[in-house]
Amino acid sequence: STRRSSFPDEVLERVLSLLKTHRDRSSVSLVCKDWYNAERWSRTHVFIGNCYSVSPEIVARRFPKIRSVTLKGKPRFSDFNLVPENWGADIHAWLVVFAAKYPFLEELRLKRMAISDESLEFLAVSFPNFKALSLLSCDGFSTNGLAAIATHCKNLTELDIQENGIDDKGGSWLSCFPESFTSLEVLNFANLSSDIKFDALERLVGRCKSMRVLKLNRSVSLEQLQRLLVNAPQLAELGTGSFSEELTFRQYVELESALSNCKNMHTLSGLWDAKGIYLPALYPVCTHLTFLNLSYAALRSDELAKLLAHCPRLKRLWVLDTVEDKGLEAVGLNCPLLEELRVFPADPFDEEIIHGVTEAGFVAVSFGCPRLHYVLYFCRQMTNAAVATIVQNCPDFTHFRLCIMNPGQPDYITNEPMDEAFGAVVKTCTKLQRLSVSGRLTDLTFEYIGRYAKNLETLSVAFAGSSDWGMQCVMGGCSKLRKLEIRDCPFGNAALLSGLEKYESMRSLWMSACNVTMNGCRLLAREMPRLNVEVMKEDGSDDSQADKVYVYRSIAGPRRDAPPSVLTL
Amino acid sequence: MSPPLLGVEEEGVQNNVTLLGSSGSMESVCQNSAELKERNYMGLSDCSSVDSSVFSPPSEERKASLNLKATELRLGLPGLQSPERNPELCLLSSSQLDEKPLFPLHPSSDGHCFASQKNVVSGNKRGFSDAMDGFSEGKFLSDSKDDVMLSPRPSSNFGAQPMKAKEITSQNVVHDRPHAADKTRPNPNASANNNSGAPANKAQVVGWPPIRSFRKNSLASASKNTDEVDGKAGPGALFVKVSMDGAPYLRKVDLKNYTKYQELSSALEKMFSCFTIGQYGSHGTSGRELLSESKLKDLLHGSEYVLTYEDKDGDWMLVGDVPW
Repeated sequence: STRRSSFPDEVLERVLSLLKTHRDRSSVSLVCKDWYNAERWSRTHVFIGNCYSVSPEIVARRFPKIRSVTLKGKPRFSDFNLVPENWGADIHAWLVVFAAKYPFLEELRLKRMAISDESLEFLAVSFPNFKALSLLSCDGFSTNGLAAIATHCKNLTELDIQENGIDDKGGSWLSCFPESFTSLEVLNFANLSSDIKFDALERLVGRCKSMRVLKLNRSVSLEQLQRLLVNAPQLAELGTGSFSEELTFRQYVELESALSNCKNMHTLSGLWDAKGIYLPALYPVCTHLTFLNLSYAALRSDELAKLLAHCPRLKRLWVLDTVEDKGLEAVGLNCPLLEELRVFPADPFDEEIIHGVTEAGFVAVSFGCPRLHYVLYFCRQMTNAAVATIVQNCPDFTHFRLCIMNPGQPDYITNEPMDEAFGAVVKTCTKLQRLSVSGRLTDLTFEYIGRYAKNLETLSVAFAGSSDWGMQCVMGGCSKLRKLEIRDCPFGNAALLSGLEKYESMRSLWMSACNVTMNGCRLLAREMPRLNVEVMKEDGSDDSQADKVYVYRSIAGPRRDAPPSVLTL
Repeated sequence: MSPPLLGVEEEGVQNNVTLLGSSGSMESVCQNSAELKERNYMGLSDCSSVDSSVFSPPSEERKASLNLKATELRLGLPGLQSPERNPELCLLSSSQLDEKPLFPLHPSSDGHCFASQKNVVSGNKRGFSDAMDGFSEGKFLSDSKDDVMLSPRPSSNFGAQPMKAKEITSQNVVHDRPHAADKTRPNPNASANNNSGAPANKAQVVGWPPIRSFRKNSLASASKNTDEVDGKAGPGALFVKVSMDGAPYLRKVDLKNYTKYQELSSALEKMFSCFTIGQYGSHGTSGRELLSESKLKDLLHGSEYVLTYEDKDGDWMLVGDVPW
């Protein structure tokens, strides 16, 4: 339109600066040219879901005033070792551009990126205002890189190191924070295994009065925890260290007292090797807890039940399947406000052991927790009927991730495929955004998904389906689909190509160990030039097979940093 | 009562070998065992057991209990027998061929196909004949896990049959497994990743179940801690399994009852001395002997049966060692 907006630009920018989510901002930027410009000048945080979908230069050109960047790199299946180590997603090129264009960068949050110690050091010295670093599921660095951050980042408020492939060379990095440094609010080093200098940590926590998140690693003992808590009763989130050494009665009392002074605490995690007898020390904290992460504490059902009796406000709970169905019954009885449940397997690779949780535990939770909307459930048996009951009790699921650990396992009572289970999920849970399926599934499951899962954005499929038709249903029916990851399914070229029109509206597609051939991939690449079609070859496999395929939209063109095992078509 | 496990568990053999090598104490103990104490098999026994199914000199204990984990059955590559196992297996076959079982309560089992009928958690818990079968068929590692692929994945349908692989012991496959695709030979992915969790031969399929490396690593070290301490018997107890090569059942000892290795050693000697028929010598006492020789004779002669149970590892345990 040629009419100027009736708002002065400054006003428009001011208004738009109140918009926070990147989706809202994306929508705003599409309204008209003026709004596009106003939006880009007012944006301070950019979220890039696939680092190869765009280049750092393009980002810098469009958004001149960025202070916070979130970047995600490798396909999610790299968490499970399906992506070669040197695949890419290196942050360094981004840092170089940021150093030039965003010298006032404050925050960097990375997920599944490769980052070296050199890059961390470069980061530490290039951005004088740098405040927050969060690394989740990244790799390529060691504790030396952390030392560089601690040494140079004078304004650091957040150092959050989670579940990374980190080369742990020892705990001396923590001593690199200067004695004058007091700004830290978030410190999470639970990922690391080596001992840290406790005195340095104690002094650090003591002088950082604004600290609200502290997540320790396993090497920190109960007695040390107590000493830390005495100086940090303001903590809102605590990850304990090891919860299992022998305590004297007096030490126990002191610990309990220190914990009870933490009136703001709403999140508790860690609890490595937790011994049941010490859990009562947590009771005073439990009353206010909204998130309890017991996924590193192998509790029994009775231990969990006793603990949960004190956690009436719990909204998020993560446990190991050592708690068994009986423990989950206790969840249903004690936590009516529960919204999220994750049950991890304590012994995922041992199929001969029959324990863990079954469909009964899940059903029990669903009866007691009607607000449940996020579940991640690893089990060894499930039935269609149970899932139908569950979603009847909890129709508001947004994230339903069910992992029946034995690939292709049917309903163990009827011996039928689990099609009806997931059919029930997608029919009943109209708000469903994310779905992970498992068990023996025919194309019928995917017919259901395509027909009913109209809000589905992320779908994970493994060892399922009967033919191309299954995937075709999904590609044709799920209009909001953004991420599709498939492994070990009988979907071939016809299935791949059925999504031709769709991939540009998606972030990415992953297909591994399916029936896709190189020719199919070449055809896709030829037809859709704005997609990057990458094939990862395995050693010794047939030349015509496309073992692992990763397809994603990009305005940056084919990437130039792919290793030899990755072919861009 | 179903037939107890005769003969050897791998650790038994291993430890037997170790034992003979190091001190030969077992044999001498058996021969010189003290006047026998009455065994109370119904729960009043004050014997406690060591968790690792190992009776070995102190320095071996830790190694043995770690070996317990190492020799515990894990899912693995077809035809690949983890290095520690092969020598044991050889020992098993050769030594067992020569020895007679000490206590032939029951005839050697013939068709004791453990793997297919029970949950054999650890391959080292097999009966003698079964282990021999296992050796010859190479189905040392548990059944269906073995259809892990080393051959290239074929392009055709899944869900149908297990792909060709070195060892398919499909008699244990309950349902079709579309294993075709992934190889579990150590691929560059798994090994290159610093934090790559459980070793590749632990998983039957790469990246399945979908658990992040960090969690896998944490569980692996956590389970090492908890498995060595089997004690669910109460806050004060630390029960541990003990097996003696050739004994028809295992025992449990509470480590908390002892303050030094000498005490433990004596207790274990006494515990197993009843398996040596006719050997009623005396040896060092620790004041725990409440039962007289005659009482035991009465017990042995008066009752042909003892009560045992099978635990989650597939071992036959004497009832009564763990408090009710």
